Amino acid sequence: MLDQTFYQKADEIIAFYGKKPASLIPIMQDIQGEYRYLPGELLTYVAGQIGITEAKAYSVATFYENFSFEPKGKYVIKVCDGTACHVRKSAPILEKFQKELGLSAKKHTTDDMLFTVETVSCLGACGLAPTVMVNEEVHPKMTPEKVLELLQELRGEKG
Amino acid sequence: MIKSRDELNRACESAKQSLASYDCRILVCSGTGCIATGSQKIYEEFQKIAGGTPGIVIDFKPHDEGRHVGVKKTGCQGVCELGPLVRIQKGDKVVQYTKVQVSDCQEIFDTSVTADGVVERLLYTQKGVSYKSPDEIPFIAKQTRVVLENCGKFDAESFDEYLASGGFQAFQKALFEMKPADVVDEIDKSGLRGRGGGGFPAGKKWKQVAGQAEKERYVVCNGDEGDPGAFMDGSVMEGDPYKLIEGMMIAGYAVGSQNGYIYVRAEYPMSVARLRHAIKELEERNMLGDHILGTDFCFHMHINRGAGAFVCGEGSALTASIEGNRGMPRTKPPRTVEKGLWAKPTVLNNVETYANVPKIILQGSDWYRSIGTEGTPGTKTFSLTGTIQNTGLIEVPMGTTLREIIFDIGGGLKDGGTFKAVQIGGPSGGCLTEEHLDVPLDFESIKKYGAIVGSGGLVVMDDHTCMVEVARFFMSFTQRESCGKCTPCREGTKRMLEILEKIVAGNGEMEDLDRLEEIAQMVKNMALCGLGKSAPLPVLSTLKLFRNEYEEHIVDKKCRAKVCQAMRRFVIDPQKCKGCGKCARNCPASAITGEKKAPHKIDPNICIKCGACMENCAFDAISVEA
Amino acid sequence: MGKITIDGRNVEFTDEKNVLSIIRKAGIDVPTLCYQPELSVFGACRMCTVEDDRGRLFASCSEEPRDGMVIFTNTAKLIKYRRKLLELLLAAHDRECTTCERSGDCQLQALANRYGVTDVRFSNYKERVPLDTSSPSIVRDPNKCILCGNCVRVCDELQSVGALGFAERGADATVTPAFQKQIAETDCVNCGQCRVYCPTGAITIKNDIDPVMDALADPTVRVVAQIAPAVRVAVNDAFGLEKGNNAIGKIVSFLKRLGFDEVYDTIFSADLTIMEEAAEFLERVQNGGKLPLLTSCCPAWVKFVGDQFPEFTEHVSTCRSPQGMMSAAVKEYFRDPAKAEGKKTVMVSFMPCTAKKMEAKRPNSFTKGEQDTDYVLTSTELIRMIQMSGISFAKLEDTPADDPFGIGSGGGVIFGVTGGVTEAVIRRLVPDQNPETMKMIAESGVRKDGFIREFSVPYNGMNLNICVASGLANARTVMEQVRSGEKKYHLIEIMACRRGCVYGGGQPRRSAMETTDDRTAGIYKADASMELKKCDFNPAITALYEGFAKGKEHELFHNHMFCAK
Repeated sequence: MLDQTFYQKADEIIAFYGKKPASLIPIMQDIQGEYRYLPGELLTYVAGQIGITEAKAYSVATFYENFSFEPKGKYVIKVCDGTACHVRKSAPILEKFQKELGLSAKKHTTDDMLFTVETVSCLGACGLAPTVMVNEEVHPKMTPEKVLELLQELRGEKG
Repeated sequence: MIKSRDELNRACESAKQSLASYDCRILVCSGTGCIATGSQKIYEEFQKIAGGTPGIVIDFKPHDEGRHVGVKKTGCQGVCELGPLVRIQKGDKVVQYTKVQVSDCQEIFDTSVTADGVVERLLYTQKGVSYKSPDEIPFIAKQTRVVLENCGKFDAESFDEYLASGGFQAFQKALFEMKPADVVDEIDKSGLRGRGGGGFPAGKKWKQVAGQAEKERYVVCNGDEGDPGAFMDGSVMEGDPYKLIEGMMIAGYAVGSQNGYIYVRAEYPMSVARLRHAIKELEERNMLGDHILGTDFCFHMHINRGAGAFVCGEGSALTASIEGNRGMPRTKPPRTVEKGLWAKPTVLNNVETYANVPKIILQGSDWYRSIGTEGTPGTKTFSLTGTIQNTGLIEVPMGTTLREIIFDIGGGLKDGGTFKAVQIGGPSGGCLTEEHLDVPLDFESIKKYGAIVGSGGLVVMDDHTCMVEVARFFMSFTQRESCGKCTPCREGTKRMLEILEKIVAGNGEMEDLDRLEEIAQMVKNMALCGLGKSAPLPVLSTLKLFRNEYEEHIVDKKCRAKVCQAMRRFVIDPQKCKGCGKCARNCPASAITGEKKAPHKIDPNICIKCGACMENCAFDAISVEA
Repeated sequence: MGKITIDGRNVEFTDEKNVLSIIRKAGIDVPTLCYQPELSVFGACRMCTVEDDRGRLFASCSEEPRDGMVIFTNTAKLIKYRRKLLELLLAAHDRECTTCERSGDCQLQALANRYGVTDVRFSNYKERVPLDTSSPSIVRDPNKCILCGNCVRVCDELQSVGALGFAERGADATVTPAFQKQIAETDCVNCGQCRVYCPTGAITIKNDIDPVMDALADPTVRVVAQIAPAVRVAVNDAFGLEKGNNAIGKIVSFLKRLGFDEVYDTIFSADLTIMEEAAEFLERVQNGGKLPLLTSCCPAWVKFVGDQFPEFTEHVSTCRSPQGMMSAAVKEYFRDPAKAEGKKTVMVSFMPCTAKKMEAKRPNSFTKGEQDTDYVLTSTELIRMIQMSGISFAKLEDTPADDPFGIGSGGGVIFGVTGGVTEAVIRRLVPDQNPETMKMIAESGVRKDGFIREFSVPYNGMNLNICVASGLANARTVMEQVRSGEKKYHLIEIMACRRGCVYGGGQPRRSAMETTDDRTAGIYKADASMELKKCDFNPAITALYEGFAKGKEHELFHNHMFCAK
């Protein structure tokens, strides 16, 4: 069961975008932005409020990569695997992150909920390939060595 | 509030005056690239320095005494790789600095702002020559900037600066001097073609929407620039948001629409922020809203953020997504011009197309037709990336050859590499090689060679690139991004990827090439949407141009670019090996043997090609053979 | 209007919406897996792709016909591509064809046969998932789903239930209820239309044949059958007999040969339903009861009201359905030790409907603590039983149904089509069954075209406003208008399946090339051939009321609480 505050937050967001089916995606985006994941119960609640079926809401939520029913880490690290980054060797960077954090293609989030590692198809900073985005900040010209520095820096912020 | 044409012109005059009042402007690039390299800190540093210098006024009021220095954030200045970029502008004179660090700011300020000197070491340098003005830099000098004309030149978040540089002149010309049908005609005559990939004539599209019986219509902008390796539209949205909006307003006026939607991809938070800011500024001045400039024209702008689905770049998937649905393309007819967003007539163009509109209206279709080719007038923006000297955003007349782009503008290959191919059009495109370097880039010419202009991603590849791996890479992208609706794309991309993975893993058989080609042809002909139909193009084009590489992978189990891991052979150079044993200790497969202080050996039958030995060798004795 | 050239022959077209319909009209069965004339065009399977004279390939389901078009439906290229598509579909599909419920009736299998797909060179990449057997009506086997989306669209567009949706995307895409729930945990109304539209074995009817066969083999059990009106016009399909023709006599003969002790006809209890429901209706009209009265014979509709319009549950008639009344009556009849002869009675009903399986298990379908209907078998299962028995259905003689529950009126027969219940109610309200009166009633508006029919009939100096709708999406439209006060009716008849029970979720599927509605015609033909037209003239009904049911009408024929499921 979700805490009542989740529903209050959802109500605020729903009120902002309006109770209509077209509001589904922006509402889900804001909920995801707020909690770093999309709680399933909340999705059902939103569906009822904006007048769509639960199956429809679920089908939309699972279509888009950005939505996750699993809580994500404090730092969501997106390793760009766009063409430019790929050509400039982004694969070893992803491997380094995964190796350092004990993650894999199946396990994206560390047990301490600090890091989530994903790939992204292009961050639009191709001139600085290979790049990595941490939350909304882009880190340019990455190397496996810089991965270690970056993780240290992020861990340092933890306190 | 700007309530009439006169008031707009007065606002424009006063914006020009305040712009002219600057003695100097410090333009800090705030494109995604430069922000990533830390330009925000540079901006803050300049604010601090300028604000703390006696006699310098940042926030200038007409009667203030002192020198007026502006510190501004601009859109992309073009040479992203050399960021953070800073320009110092005094009147017409502009100095471009590259790789500016916080520690350089005071020096720049003392040399170029308060004095008229130049910090030589921070200038753009190519082949031993330093360039002061950005317009002299070959990378920029050889471009023709129409869409990107303002990018990097002024504050992307300032309505006044946009106005002062001629913004909304086109809009007011359309609104007060032209009938909607005249606007459509002018766009039609200009020959402007959609820059999103298909190259459909924009004027024709507008005309069809304007001619619909249904009066509720929409203007939609596709800003879901999903091709990996492309960031042209993102740069326009970040760097010149007002221009895009002006283009859409003109479209709204032309086709009788009251609502515009911009669909921005999820990975462009800055574009969303800049556009939202611009819309808010315009709404506050009633430049967006009801009865704009005191006329009957009403226009509202909405922003939709993508949620991570490449397929939403396809028109009908994009409108489905705005409506709150799964982004699955639908069958046509009905076409978007008849039944698009909310099943109403819809003009759907991409960012670059709309960004061309104001200038066409202002300068006329004849001027526009003087650029580019007969069939495809105007310019095209490309994002130039890959193993090339100068990466970045470029804009060239249609019909420019690849040779000019790669070697003149791009400065040739990085680190003196050898040109192998250029991938154009992203995952929907194909490869072009040496023999195509002199083909003029326009919609038709490129198509003949199995590639497409697409939205404009150009990825240059050198001979360290394995073309089979490149095909696998694109297929893994399209397979991951397939919406799954139609059978050919859903199942076909899955199986093509399987085959390509099998080949790069060294398990390919010759029959796989036939199967690959059969499926590719079927998907190309049978898929539902344009993205599905073009998904096999990277495979088909590499199969045609680099079939020998596929065959080498299959028959000789050899990857000439030494990229495919399964085919790499690690060898120890007995001359360099000191016999320290570190490699053997680090080998997870125990494939390395040797006596202490004697050269070691790798057993290729046991080796799992992980590369741990090479990573750990202190003497550089281990290398990869193809 | 115009002409198009198909494979070198000129074909005229009029108002066809797509090229596919014209091709089919021309007698060419261009293959489809996702095209359904009554659903939105999805265009996903691409099987119906054709080629034009310029070599352009396009899906004919979504192409508007243009005068002068020249198309080819069968070129070497098309055949190659279709075969490849089928190979890819089969490769991602559970190919245990021999043990599949749909074997022999599967569109994917049929097409693979037609195009000679003899080799599948890829292994299935999909992880095997468990079957969803949670529903009493249908079984979902996602391993056989080819993602044509027919079920999703029918559930959403025609039924406005939306229990199913797509999830994920690309090769990971599946069809599932929200959050991978079991179908029984959703708002599924058990109508079974998803199963009718499913081209493969991904959604099938929950098969209950075995326990019925066990009961037949048990000498201590009296096995009783009842046969619903719509069943009799759908069984011929499978045996090469004239489609839509009334086969009740053969069905009775077959069931007798199989060992059923008694075979009754549900048109008897349909008459009984009208007796009770007409009385309830008049009572509500005259005494200011809850109006509009909503019919209660369709269990999928009743569940829909419970889930979607709970504020209207008191409007639903308290009458049990014909199935429920028959079973309750039969069970009560054999409770008399003299009749029971020491045997336990097992009631089996043959229905066109998957939701009846659910209705039989509803808590209000019990009398004296005993489940009234023990097993519900659909027409499709009946056909399977006939096939299993090896009995030549075509050669069976006609046998009449058994007394005392074997006689019914034409008003009972027409329960099988939309508007039938209402028409039977109106027949009950008139004093005679003269042909002119019957004709007048038939032309009152109750049989007019359309899935929502509004009309009024005069009664005792007032106008009774009536609405007849079929298909739950249409039901939703009607109910929303009623809720908003926009429309006011005295009586609303709803059948969950479009056109009524003859196209119920348990009926055999029809081929894509069939365009005439022979089942509705068959029902009306059966009615026309009967002398007895109205329930109150049915001597068996009179006998029932005067006999063992006397004083037990409320207990046996009415629901004592509202139950959606």
